Amino acid sequence: MKILVCISKAPDTTAKIAFTDGDTKFDENGVQFIVNPYDEWYALVRGLELKEANGGSVTVLSVGRVDTDPIIRKALAIGADDAVRIDADTNDALYVAKQIANYAKENGYELVLCGKETIDYNGSQVAGMVAELMEVPYVSLTSKLDVAGSTATIERDVEGGVELIEANLPIVISSSKGMAEARIPNMRGIMAARSKPLTVVAPIEASNATSVKNFSLPAAKTGCKYVDADNVQELVNLLHNEAKAI
Amino acid sequence: MSVLIYADSNNGSLTKNALEAASYGAQVAQAKGGNAVAVVVGTANNIEQLGNYGVTKVLHVSDTTLDKFDPQKIAHVMATAAKQEGSETIIFAHDYSGKSIAPRLSAKLDAGLVTGAIALPNGNIIKKAVFSGKAFAEVEVNTSTQIISVLPNSVDKVETGGTAEVVALALELPSTGIKVKETKKESTELSLTEADIVVSAGRGLKGPENWGMVEDLAKELGAATACSRPVADIGWRPHHEHVGQTGIAIRPNLYFAIGISGAIQHLAGVNGSKVIVVINTDAEAPFFKAADYGIVGDAFEVVPKLLAAIKELKA
Ligand SMILES: Cc1cc2nc3c(=O)[nH]c(=O)nc-3n(C[C@H](O)[C@H](O)[C@H](O)COP(=O)(O)OP(=O)(O)OC[C@H]3O[C@@H](n4cnc5c(N)ncnc54)[C@H](O)[C@@H]3O)c2cc1C
Ligand SMILES: Nc1ncnc2c1ncn2[C@@H]1O[C@H](COP(=O)(O)O)[C@@H](O)[C@H]1O
Repeated sequence: MKILVCISKAPDTTAKIAFTDGDTKFDENGVQFIVNPYDEWYALVRGLELKEANGGSVTVLSVGRVDTDPIIRKALAIGADDAVRIDADTNDALYVAKQIANYAKENGYELVLCGKETIDYNGSQVAGMVAELMEVPYVSLTSKLDVAGSTATIERDVEGGVELIEANLPIVISSSKGMAEARIPNMRGIMAARSKPLTVVAPIEASNATSVKNFSLPAAKTGCKYVDADNVQELVNLLHNEAKAI
Repeated sequence: MSVLIYADSNNGSLTKNALEAASYGAQVAQAKGGNAVAVVVGTANNIEQLGNYGVTKVLHVSDTTLDKFDPQKIAHVMATAAKQEGSETIIFAHDYSGKSIAPRLSAKLDAGLVTGAIALPNGNIIKKAVFSGKAFAEVEVNTSTQIISVLPNSVDKVETGGTAEVVALALELPSTGIKVKETKKESTELSLTEADIVVSAGRGLKGPENWGMVEDLAKELGAATACSRPVADIGWRPHHEHVGQTGIAIRPNLYFAIGISGAIQHLAGVNGSKVIVVINTDAEAPFFKAADYGIVGDAFEVVPKLLAAIKELKA
């Protein structure tokens, strides 16, 4: 089975969020970049497990500029066979999805694994768009995935429960918690990653359907009102009369 | 020009998120001087109630094959309805259903999509939360058709007292390679993303055997329960209760954080809550910086007192 895992570059979860250029750009100064957690922990690792069980190959694909290469090498160190970077800016989900769908179709991938969302722009968009452009099924928020022959068996989180799904390959999946256990690259993996192929390809022509005009930070909380631990009744009064929350 | 809204249902009833999306769509329609038209698929009861949120027409595709969720089919329904109604704005809820359908529709119509909107659009510009709620972005849609999904619990529903005409929509559905075999719902539990009040606890509670008081408090308040990531990881609580950057993001009206330190990744998933109450033994716990009300104290003493005081209030 040919497996494609789509990975995106994301700021570390503890990164300070600030903006520059009149609040139009994310301030990357001093920010550590990582593989988007859902892509690494769940999509990539489950892809590797399926390959280990059923044979085949795992390719990682990222749309981005050359500063994406370190996170691609990390994915190779965890165990992907080879990597592709589509050399383009990533300002719009539909633009990115068109690049991924085109590559996946041309190269006959049967299973496309994405994360449930990127932790920077929080789109939850790209995977579903890729599926529509490939005209194949899409299952979002997958928490369990198995493949036997050309059939995928899937568990997906829905409001207050799970849905059990059967689908034919090819398919696009967005991965969430439960699908796999994160793996840490070992020394051998890191050494091997250096010599694995990372192919850079040019993007196809497409336009941006959306563009970010500006960013802002939420207003800081005005301060916590403390209530004495011996006077819990007072908290209830405040929640009832002041906050009108109960 | 009409605004089209996808109104999702669950076991035959419209969801709270669907009513919010309907109200949002109706307000957009009003601003643009058009009508709000909702689409409902499969078996669903009492769909005329959408009129009370400003919808004037409901297109009902009653085909029962749509009782099994298939986003590919629903995207086809939405594309057909958008064409029929000449809709250039299409609204979803940013929930499990919207996350599956809206991106497909965006690619199908080659229309710009903004997910997780937290305010009504300003022309073609829509405000949404980014960086896991740590910032906001204003996003412009450059295509003539715009698709917006609304973050649950972030835009107030407006009841208009109006009525909606229900019209059957019959269409040929595409065959797809997907089949829902079964849906397992824990129907007694209140869904976390839809709950107005959430009672959440962390490692400060020491062990799963101590969650009784958390559940009692939640029950008394009609609240859902949640937990921090390590608590789900060690197996004290089920995974679907894990909130935060890598769990579920929630925006209830009231969030209780009991014995949770307030790590940045936890805050990322809950900082959209309107009112935050923190109970922690450590006065230096970072959560107090994000709190509206705080008690520095031992959860094992404070929570039972809190429960008693709330019972008294409700009595
Ligand atoms: C990439 C990444 C993603 C992450 N994503 C998430 C996420 O989505 N959600 C999440 O929650 N975490 C996430 N984390 C973990 C996060 O960094 C914290 O480790 C975690 O939130 C801490 O959980 P906690 O507050 O329950 O436990 P602790 O940090 O151990 O805090 C326990 C708290 O309880 C208090 N306490 C102790 N005894 C009592 C008592 N008797 N009464 C009252 N208070 C008491 C203590 O003072 C302390 O503040 C993530 C981490 C990483 C690296
Ligand atoms: N630039 C990118 N390159 C490769 N994959 C991406 C890119 N952006 C997003 N994805 C994939 O799409 C998923 C959802 O992203 P998003 O729609 O931005 O939340 C991510 O978890 C990735 O798997």
